[in-house]
Amino acid sequence: MKQKGAQILTKCLEEENVDTIFGYPGGAVLDIYDALYDSPLKHYLVRHEQGAAHAADGYARATGKPGVCIATSGPGATNLVTGLANAYMDSVPLVAFTGQVATDMLGRDSFQEADIYGITLPITKHNYLVKSVSELPRVIRESFYLATTGRPGPVLIDLPKDVCQKRVALSHPQSPQLRGYCPVQEGASRMIGEAAAAIAASKKPVICAGGGAIISGGSEALRELAELCAIPVATTLMGKGAFPENHPLALGMIGMHGTRYANYAVNECDLLIAVGARFSDRVTVKVEAFAPEARIIHLDIDPAEIGKNVPVDIPLIGDVRLVLEQLCRQIQGGNEKEEWPARIRAWKEKYPLKYDRKSETIKPQFVVEQIDEATGGKAIITTEVGQNQMWAAQFFTFTRPRTFITSGGLGTMGFGLPAAIGAQIGRPGETVFNIAGDGSIQMNIQELATAVDYRLPLKIAVLNNSYLGMVRQWQDIFYEGRLAYTEIGGPDYIKLAEAYGAVGMRVTKPAEVRRALDEAMQIKDRPVLIDFIVDRKENVLPMIPPGGTIKKMLKE
Amino acid sequence: MFRTLTVLVENNPGVLTRVASLFSRRGYNIDSLAVGQTENPTISRMTIVVEEDDKVIEQVTKQLDKLVDVIKVNDITDEEYVGRELILIKTDGDPSVRGEIMQIVEIFRARIVDIGQSSLIIEATGDEGKIRAIIEALKPFHIRELVRTGKIAIQRGSRSAAGKSKATE
Repeated sequence: MKQKGAQILTKCLEEENVDTIFGYPGGAVLDIYDALYDSPLKHYLVRHEQGAAHAADGYARATGKPGVCIATSGPGATNLVTGLANAYMDSVPLVAFTGQVATDMLGRDSFQEADIYGITLPITKHNYLVKSVSELPRVIRESFYLATTGRPGPVLIDLPKDVCQKRVALSHPQSPQLRGYCPVQEGASRMIGEAAAAIAASKKPVICAGGGAIISGGSEALRELAELCAIPVATTLMGKGAFPENHPLALGMIGMHGTRYANYAVNECDLLIAVGARFSDRVTVKVEAFAPEARIIHLDIDPAEIGKNVPVDIPLIGDVRLVLEQLCRQIQGGNEKEEWPARIRAWKEKYPLKYDRKSETIKPQFVVEQIDEATGGKAIITTEVGQNQMWAAQFFTFTRPRTFITSGGLGTMGFGLPAAIGAQIGRPGETVFNIAGDGSIQMNIQELATAVDYRLPLKIAVLNNSYLGMVRQWQDIFYEGRLAYTEIGGPDYIKLAEAYGAVGMRVTKPAEVRRALDEAMQIKDRPVLIDFIVDRKENVLPMIPPGGTIKKMLKE
Repeated sequence: MFRTLTVLVENNPGVLTRVASLFSRRGYNIDSLAVGQTENPTISRMTIVVEEDDKVIEQVTKQLDKLVDVIKVNDITDEEYVGRELILIKTDGDPSVRGEIMQIVEIFRARIVDIGQSSLIIEATGDEGKIRAIIEALKPFHIRELVRTGKIAIQRGSRSAAGKSKATE
């Protein structure tokens, strides 16, 4: 039986076990939407295509399944760009479909035509412009395969309108044949032997776990390795949740706003085991001075990460979970380090993260701690970008993978709310909190309407300081306090939330914080936005200034 | 230092853009790039000459390898290979200088492929050294235009760019 391209698309999505799509209709995707009308696929209508991309991203990070989004041609497609770049930087599996003008209109500057294939070349793992409906099943199969295997990432499929309309018999594609793409899985046994020997020989090892530890499902194996040899574990921002932060070996986050003890440990260690991390500049800060005493083992699935930012002594290329399991099998017992963990325990006691707990204004850190308490530590936290993101990372104790959803690489303000929507839809049983700033929340505030439409009980905690806080902090520290255009007003958030059909609250005193959170936790049928009026000039500390070493660290 | 990479790619539209944009995005310098179909019509072969240090070349190679449409990347600089470039040079060609130019052409085993009223077109093939030398030799005759293909290269003996990879069988 012959079917329209658009129907083939929905059938193929079902075959890929997709059940959730985020999108926004438009002229070039009318046929796809017409097919969705009869399809069991659940489509969530956002208010801006960027929201669709971020929601699919949040869904993917929370569930481990690929996120799917749809936008129309031209502006619909270009509105996905930030979301795709965001997913690319953080290795999130995403498949994006964009409408395109009909093939005979391509290249003529037709209405709502944009070369989204060309635009997204450098921000996708791969992309396609489908010129014939007969290619469609193969392209969709390949896209999901590419998005979810190896180092995951976004794949974009551009679909001209006539391709969606043309009728053809549905052919079931075979498994993908991509001769230029063969991601490695298991690690090379010789290198694993070397790594095991280096671990046995080291006196002061540290593990630094990144996003790859979560993506690969390697948390258990990571914990086994750490406990086998009593190796302290730091994480990057993306690695939060890979290792329980209430574990005695946990060091919290390293890098620019990392804990003092994690940074001290990395600075002094004689062996650094990087696990699914890519040595970003926010981790190394000054790359030449990073882990100066250490040999470096670098485990990553992407060979191009090895040696990209720091020289590596022992490369381990492969799936993080599988290689960690291989490594654990190689390591003999009796490797436990004793003096080193004791030294680290002393640092942890001496230099904890801190803030003024007696403050009469609300400290933003206090709000994050209270969210942790009010949810029993069992929330999925999404963040916006800036101070809110760093405080969420520092003061919430993450114990489970896929519970900290943040824009790490691209640093996208406006990510948190749509990501929370995706996470809440993907994990309906969880409490989802978006920890936001008053700058970021206004970048995709329109998605509150989406959350209300679908009666999502997500919570938004706005840490409201009436500044673009992180930029203000840098201006105060590095630009002599010249606060150029960082003081911002905002709407009345109670009225705003209510206008959208959500619940709005405002909290101005520390003593009221917990009660408001408890109240918010009781609301199960719509989103809640709590406007926390926080200390305006609070800074995120500690901080290693860009290009500086731990000697230059600014402390609390 | 100049390195010569041979890159086997899917003969797909857009693959040249992918490779070129990777170079520009990551700030690598391409000295020349030549591309064409191979013995297998589904595969194209690029010869890319890059001027970068070893560390950068390693990244270039790995990043190229990551592209889904790239089947195989080889840095053949340190191997035995035949490298050739084709160049066309248009010079002044008054009858008074033609004899001299013809001698130069003879020495370089090049060819004169067109004679105009006052100009000549010379065709030469060779490795970098020879191409450089013939350009130098012709400079006194006023080079009006010059066009070159960029280097193409192939390994000597039974080694092939595809290596033992099953992918291209």
